[in-house]
Amino acid sequence: MSLADAIRPRLRLNGQHQVSLARWHVGNRKLAQVVGLAVVAVVMIPVVYLVIGAISADQEGLEYLLRARTARIVGNSVGLMLATTLCATAIAIPFAWLTSRTDLPGQRAWLVFGLAAMVIPSYLTAVTYAEAFGPRGILQSLLAPFGVERLPGIRGFFGATLTITFVTFPYIVLPLRAALLHCDRSLEEAGQSLGLNRWQVFRQITLPQLRPALSAGTLMTALYTLSDFGAVAVMHFNAFTRAIFIQTASFRMDNASMLALLLIALTAALLLLRSWQRHRGRHYRIGVGAQRHLEAIPLGKWKFPALIFCGAVVFTGVGIPVLVLFKWLAGHIITNPIQVPMTLLMRNTIGVSAVSALVVTIAAFPLALLATRGTSRFNRWLVNAAYAGNVLPGIVIALALVMFATRNLMSIYQTLPLLIIGYSIRYLPFSIGATESAFAQINPRFEEVARSLGLSPWAALARITVPLARGGILAGLALVFLNVMKELPTTLILRPIGFRTFATRIWSSYDEAFLSSIALPGLVLILVSAFALALILRREEALG
Amino acid sequence: MEYSLQADHLTKLFDGQLPAVNDITLTVKPGEFLTLLGPSGSGKTTMLRLLAGFERPTSGRIQIGPRIVADDSRFVPPERRKVGMVFQDYALFPHVDVAGNIAFGLRGSRAESERRVKQLLSLVGLSQFAGRMPHELSGGQQQRVALARALAPEPDILLLDEPFSNLDTGLRAQVRTHVRDILHETETTAIFVTHDQEEALSLSDEIAVIHDGRLLQVATPHVIYNRPINSQVAHFIGEANFLPGIANGYTADCLLGEVKLYLPRTGDVELMIRPEALAVNVDDGGTSATVRWREFHGHFQRLGLALANGTGLIARTGVAPYIRRGDQVTVTMALPALAYDPANDDTLS
Repeated sequence: MSLADAIRPRLRLNGQHQVSLARWHVGNRKLAQVVGLAVVAVVMIPVVYLVIGAISADQEGLEYLLRARTARIVGNSVGLMLATTLCATAIAIPFAWLTSRTDLPGQRAWLVFGLAAMVIPSYLTAVTYAEAFGPRGILQSLLAPFGVERLPGIRGFFGATLTITFVTFPYIVLPLRAALLHCDRSLEEAGQSLGLNRWQVFRQITLPQLRPALSAGTLMTALYTLSDFGAVAVMHFNAFTRAIFIQTASFRMDNASMLALLLIALTAALLLLRSWQRHRGRHYRIGVGAQRHLEAIPLGKWKFPALIFCGAVVFTGVGIPVLVLFKWLAGHIITNPIQVPMTLLMRNTIGVSAVSALVVTIAAFPLALLATRGTSRFNRWLVNAAYAGNVLPGIVIALALVMFATRNLMSIYQTLPLLIIGYSIRYLPFSIGATESAFAQINPRFEEVARSLGLSPWAALARITVPLARGGILAGLALVFLNVMKELPTTLILRPIGFRTFATRIWSSYDEAFLSSIALPGLVLILVSAFALALILRREEALG
Repeated sequence: MEYSLQADHLTKLFDGQLPAVNDITLTVKPGEFLTLLGPSGSGKTTMLRLLAGFERPTSGRIQIGPRIVADDSRFVPPERRKVGMVFQDYALFPHVDVAGNIAFGLRGSRAESERRVKQLLSLVGLSQFAGRMPHELSGGQQQRVALARALAPEPDILLLDEPFSNLDTGLRAQVRTHVRDILHETETTAIFVTHDQEEALSLSDEIAVIHDGRLLQVATPHVIYNRPINSQVAHFIGEANFLPGIANGYTADCLLGEVKLYLPRTGDVELMIRPEALAVNVDDGGTSATVRWREFHGHFQRLGLALANGTGLIARTGVAPYIRRGDQVTVTMALPALAYDPANDDTLS
């Protein structure tokens, strides 16, 4: 088990399709490999410069690495990761079960609003939580009649945990829900017939079947926590990303790259642990054969507590951020302290996101092709390397690209192309994954038939594979667009001077405490994200 | 004699595995329908893919008509082989309608290809379905579209990879007949892969039996059934009873007394007796046996018999006389048996 294999998520293919994929003409494969290699070369820039940065660090840099403060940063990040993963799981399991297997009233609506929490960027959620639960926040003003004049505030570990928990719990709900819906009901019935009560059935039969989904979801949450910048920055919690940002902003590049390498090592260790675990344990098979319709489990007297639980989750995850934004919007309209240049922000944000999504999709194409048909060791290496963005948090990529540009290519420092390269490296895995799985779902016989009917390999690709994979490729494009639009740290560090997006505008408004001018960009960002996500989810649902 | 297809010493090795195709030599005459018959994993599909050009042979030569399409130095890619292919799952392009699927391999003017599509649609009896999408068709109809699509560019050879295995039993016989008629009508040279012996026997001009990548026997269905070259082929094609015996020319002595032989032999032999070669009677003379089980099939019955010493035999007879489990019967040979040489791996020679 190599790290390279661990970085790349494994596709689950239908047995038949992986048997034999059309062998390619050597010339075509070479072309895909050359283009793929060029893409991977760009992806490798951050890794190379981080290593250079760390190697060239002087004695002082090494001392920095060994300082107690550095150890505290590691402790902070690991602690935060454990806390968020635990809390998010604790929320996600009952939420997923209630919204997929029971007769909970308004099931579908709870699910949709619960999942909506993930379209709100973490820095936005954090900012609104700080407002709601701050020492003199909304909660305090509600409690004021009871004599509460000041709350302790949620800055630090607690605030960061709260924010990331509610931003990430949907990442666990999604795979969990899919697994719950595909649970083998006859196993549960067998358990009941052997005399287990409902709770025993859940614990001994349902839960073990959910283990693969649960471990996939918690991994996502853990990785997200390590790489997230917005929540820890707003909550002033000194995790890796915030520390790296501070070092980068003050041009302490060797300190920053030391920390970055440490963060990457932590991420890599997490992935290795997970893939080792996956290799060791045999996973439960999800039921094969005819699927029976799953009848809803009646909640009975538990219906009311269940509704309160779902209500609290949705209110905290989505309700508070949206309500606070509307409160600020009202204040903004009444007082109108500063003009927010919405048109400009919209043009910048949409423009840079669209260009990046397009660049990423095109760059991912040859790699996705190699991933689905090249079985050679070189191809595997190439594709795995392209997935590097999965272990490189945005802040780390940005830092490394700054070092690259300032040392070797000053002319692109603080230009849009460098910003787009930064986004592209980060989100290339999303696009390769989407395109790869779209390709893998296509019966390889289609291309073979086309060949036997006289089409060259490229013609078969253009007339058969690409049209059939279009939906998946577009979903990948939307996903990249969505994420680039929300991306904060990469934009903050790599943007040209004066270039502003919704994300940077929200950040600077928060920084300068012009809270009311967060409202408009924040709400528009949520709206556009929700729309993009709805498209992606609808497609996934259509695929079953 | 000009062959439509010649495969010489064809071998295909996949990395670190036993040969999937091992030194196979075959010829197919123009207009002939050849079946590659073998259990799954025998290499028959790999053989087909080699002929189509989806796999490159490790060694050997393939010649289609006068053209050598693969040997040590040459490899013609599939799109230039003029070989049509019908897959087990049909692989109809889901984003193109029926007419579009059939026209896919056609070059030349639009009018010409429209004419050809029409011609093929009527050949396969789907003229009114031209505008349908593949998922709107039944399995049998999809099958016919796949056939029409493969035939449209007038390939030199048509390859069919288990084309009937996804159809219901009832439909299968009907589609099979239809396909055979279409291939005869268009005088297409066809190579067909199946593991279904009944299908192979009823459709083919010639059958090539493949096992573990090796070609065991090529012959007409009649010869393959009646004179399988060894006990392995006999087992694979139809049911067979085996009894040891001592041969002397055209007769042999065994548990059933003196039986006739197809081919003369002397000494120890392994007798291969088809179930329908046994006659089962209630009263006549013969070797006595007990009926262990009976399967009624409407137009025939299968009987499981036990001889006095416990040896089991399977017989297939008409439904009269009426026989029940536990009955005492007598068994005689109605047809000659085939004698294999047990010293030489149960082969005919």
